[in-house]
Amino acid sequence: MNLTLKVWRQSGPTAHGRIETYEAKDIPAEASFLEMLDIVNTGIIEEGGEPIHFDHDCREGICGACSLAINGVPHSKEAGITTCQVHMRKFRDGETIWIEPFRARAFPVIKDLMVDRGAFDRIIAAGGYIDVRTGSAPEANSIPIGKEDADEAFDAATCIGCGACVAACKNASAMLFVGAKAAHLNILPQGHPEKDKRVLAMVRQMDAEGFGNCTNQYECEAVCPKEISADVISKLNRDYAAAIVREAVAE
Amino acid sequence: MLKKPQMNALGTSLLRFWNSSIGKKLIVAITGIMLVGFLLGHMAGNLLIFQGREDLNDYAEFLHHMLHGWGIWIARLGILGAFVLHIIATVSLVQQNRAARDSRYACDTTVQAPVSSRIMIWTGLTVIAFVVFHIFHFTVRLDPDLAGMKDPGNPDRHDVYGMVIAGFQNPLVVIFYILAISFLCSHLSHGIASIFQTLGLRTEKTRVAIRNLALAISVILWIGFLSIPILVATGGLKDAPATSSASSATPDPSLSQN
Repeated sequence: MNLTLKVWRQSGPTAHGRIETYEAKDIPAEASFLEMLDIVNTGIIEEGGEPIHFDHDCREGICGACSLAINGVPHSKEAGITTCQVHMRKFRDGETIWIEPFRARAFPVIKDLMVDRGAFDRIIAAGGYIDVRTGSAPEANSIPIGKEDADEAFDAATCIGCGACVAACKNASAMLFVGAKAAHLNILPQGHPEKDKRVLAMVRQMDAEGFGNCTNQYECEAVCPKEISADVISKLNRDYAAAIVREAVAE
Repeated sequence: MLKKPQMNALGTSLLRFWNSSIGKKLIVAITGIMLVGFLLGHMAGNLLIFQGREDLNDYAEFLHHMLHGWGIWIARLGILGAFVLHIIATVSLVQQNRAARDSRYACDTTVQAPVSSRIMIWTGLTVIAFVVFHIFHFTVRLDPDLAGMKDPGNPDRHDVYGMVIAGFQNPLVVIFYILAISFLCSHLSHGIASIFQTLGLRTEKTRVAIRNLALAISVILWIGFLSIPILVATGGLKDAPATSSASSATPDPSLSQN
């Protein structure tokens, strides 16, 4: 199949970016989206040009490295998958495809389609962990956990930190990511003792990174490759309200 | 000596609450609850117009005299405070949101966000303009014809019933009311559901009920508020001929009370 690509090119973090047009010819329908970009890049390199830079790693939808807004939608309009799981058979022959980096002030462009998602790492470092003694793994059944809690925590824990939620949000809000990461620990007994400290620290780091505020449009859950529900945002709001009151009383 | 650090701690906590994204949204949600409560009460009071002149004017008189005349001012200040806080917090959030997304997609699209959620700031700003007009129209009563109307059954009090009928004789006013109330209800259909999300009450079990409740309240308010100007404009609600003669009665010393 033959396609026209409108690709964001930006030579560096401070450079002025622009959309450039590429013709992608003879692309097999069974190729993945990233393989299609590999084919286009091979052509660019053979012609002596600078290949299109983009993030990728596992190429099986579990690492969270790939990004790209495809026709304005992070990871494409296909529900519940990452960019690396998008296949060219989902596009029409002759179609024009817009490919842009995830856009948010907190995710500055490094080059072309690569963005710096280090802000997520700093939010995790602020509170997305539990303090435990290191050593051999504890016996799995020593702390009983109800099935519903286990399921809820696991659903939140499926977040791969790709940043699609931020990229889809008109306000570049990171509430779905922070909500998922906080809920996954807060629901479990192991995460409970540090619940308030965690929620306050993660939300404050989120605000400090320059992410926007959630306006409850739920675009984030629509593009989340792991289909995490915006209910985790509701839980984060609830946990934050309780934590900030307890913090004020303690002071 | 103990008091000062306590005050500082409270001030620090409040400032931290205001400066946090979730804290500011909680303020929008809580003031939103107050404003929705006011709207429901206001609509219920307005609907007394269908009971007739006496019931509506009795209700208006009660509002002006409850707690020896203090009640209405306490309510007005409370509502004004909630309204102003709602606007300040929202404008601040919108500014932060625009700064957080400083570049737009060349191919900009929306997956599932309803239109009402995407025009909140514009519907909100329309409501501000409407509230200013509405206060000058029916509360301050800049129009001397509306201000001077007296209840034919009790010339000591203002004729709210006659004023509403007279106030909606101008089709431009009716059209503005229809547009503004429609924008208000669009604002509420997203806003009421958002209150539950911000307060952390939205879960898998309550999700659908909350959406339906927000929609139901918005539709009820839309019908309740607009039934009056539309029925007046279409002739369904008319003033009795006695009012016009009563309204031109001799000036009344109690006029300043209203």
